[in-house]
Amino acid sequence: MIQVSHLFKSFDDKEVLKDINATFKNGQINLIIGQSGSGKTVLMKNIVGLLTPTKGQILYDDRDFVSMPKKEKILLRREMGMIFQSAALFDSLTVLENVMFPLDMFSDLSRDERVKRAQLCLERVNLKGTDKKLPAELSGGMQKRVAIARAIVLQPRYLFCDEPNSGLDPKTSIVIDELIQGITHEDQITTIVNTHDMNSVMGIGENITFICEGRAEWQGSNKEIMDATNKPLQDFIFSSDILRQAKIAYDEQKITRK
Amino acid sequence: MISLKRSLTELGQYVQTMGRTLAVPDRMRMFYKQYVTEMYQLGYNSIGLVLIISFFIGAVICLQIKLNIQSAWMPRMVVGYTTREIMLLEFSSSVMCLILSGKVGSNIASELGTMRITQQIDALDIMGVNSANYLILPKILGLMTMMPVLVTLSVFAGIVGAYATSFMGITTIPELDEGFRYDFNQWFFWCGMIKAVVYAFIISSVSAFKGYSVVGGSVEVGKASTDAVVASSILVLFADVFLTQILT
Ligand SMILES: Nc1ncnc2c1ncn2[C@@H]1O[C@H](COP(=O)(O)OP(=O)(O)OP(=O)(O)O)[C@@H](O)[C@H]1O
Ligand SMILES: [Mg+2]
Repeated sequence: MIQVSHLFKSFDDKEVLKDINATFKNGQINLIIGQSGSGKTVLMKNIVGLLTPTKGQILYDDRDFVSMPKKEKILLRREMGMIFQSAALFDSLTVLENVMFPLDMFSDLSRDERVKRAQLCLERVNLKGTDKKLPAELSGGMQKRVAIARAIVLQPRYLFCDEPNSGLDPKTSIVIDELIQGITHEDQITTIVNTHDMNSVMGIGENITFICEGRAEWQGSNKEIMDATNKPLQDFIFSSDILRQAKIAYDEQKITRK
Repeated sequence: MISLKRSLTELGQYVQTMGRTLAVPDRMRMFYKQYVTEMYQLGYNSIGLVLIISFFIGAVICLQIKLNIQSAWMPRMVVGYTTREIMLLEFSSSVMCLILSGKVGSNIASELGTMRITQQIDALDIMGVNSANYLILPKILGLMTMMPVLVTLSVFAGIVGAYATSFMGITTIPELDEGFRYDFNQWFFWCGMIKAVVYAFIISSVSAFKGYSVVGGSVEVGKASTDAVVASSILVLFADVFLTQILT
């Protein structure tokens, strides 16, 4: 479980995060949603320690990350996996070497075992037989899947994904979402996903935090989100006609059921 | 005032980055792999350039001296002697490194800058890898290992170039032989080696810092790569004056 309390972050005199409070649960997909520019990426970077918060507390299963000494931070980071918006694969290494990298760096397994473990992870993301390819030779969706394989190879306790399906078609997005969901449930990981894709929100959002202009406005599940009364949240999710109509249909159904 | 503050801040950041770079690697196995790759990338791949430039410079220095400086009242060994001393004392050890700072410096800065803006460095940090140590240390040590080799090759290529002028009928092999052997001071060779190692550190660490600390996009990577070459060239020249003074 990751708990964020009273988190502030400003750049120079621009305040991006204003008093964020949120809880991200173990074994669930925790979504952070919000408009472009609302501060999702900045929040995630603060949580993983790529940025230092101006003020506030971040607890990883009751371990205070912000005030932790550097050495312990590095050790805690080995329990994290992250998938970046741009995949961020090492472009001079092949797919297999990319996935093996964390093992090469931190495990004492023999080479054969490392290869086997990496291949297992590649299989898990349905990428058998691409071992020797370079990242530049893969499509965007495949790169994202390699990034997932690399993030889970050390069996992390915390998985972070910054817009895992930006730039992907709806069908591939669902594949990626389901992959992340499967891994989260099977391995009981605390997964945090940044997204503004409503399909993901409805499909996999077990615990959703809505960010608007740097404030956490609402927290709940995808079942509750249809009944949410928060005005900015409603504006955000029902911004498209299709979803607005779905909402009207949903409300009517609720009335007739009563 | 503002620019002074900015330079001091940058110096501080450089020292900080080097502090993180100069540490014992997390995994020796990974370090050796990177180290060998960098020696190949930065050193081995520069051999061609070094040989060509040094060959022609050696030949031209020899011609200039023979045609423009030597006169009847000078001993005939002057041509070979002067060519050897210029190559050994200044060209191979300093000017050659200056030329290499252009090739190697921009290579290092643009590689690390691209890794920075495509978040590859962030990915390393998230894994708990000391990214500065993993990426920069092999480059610094790789270049420091290869630079003395390149300088030695450069001296030899220069001398071969000088001999080549004899085929043009301008100099003769005996007079060159005599000059090359005349009053050889071994210390000059070691001076060149010391300079090579110091310049290698300057070029690789400054360029790596410039690339590693890029913020922004491809324009900034381009700028970092230019800045790396300019900054490391100027620092190499400063170091040249300084080292020449204390070594001789
Ligand atoms: N390094 C930085 N320096 C200054 N301002 C920044 C920095 N990084 C982000 N910001 C500002 O913080 C705000 C939030 O940015 P952020 O990247 O978190 O948005 P986002 O919610 O992830 O948007 P998107 O969905 O488009 O990725 C933006 O207004 C941005 O200008
Ligand atoms: Mg973002």
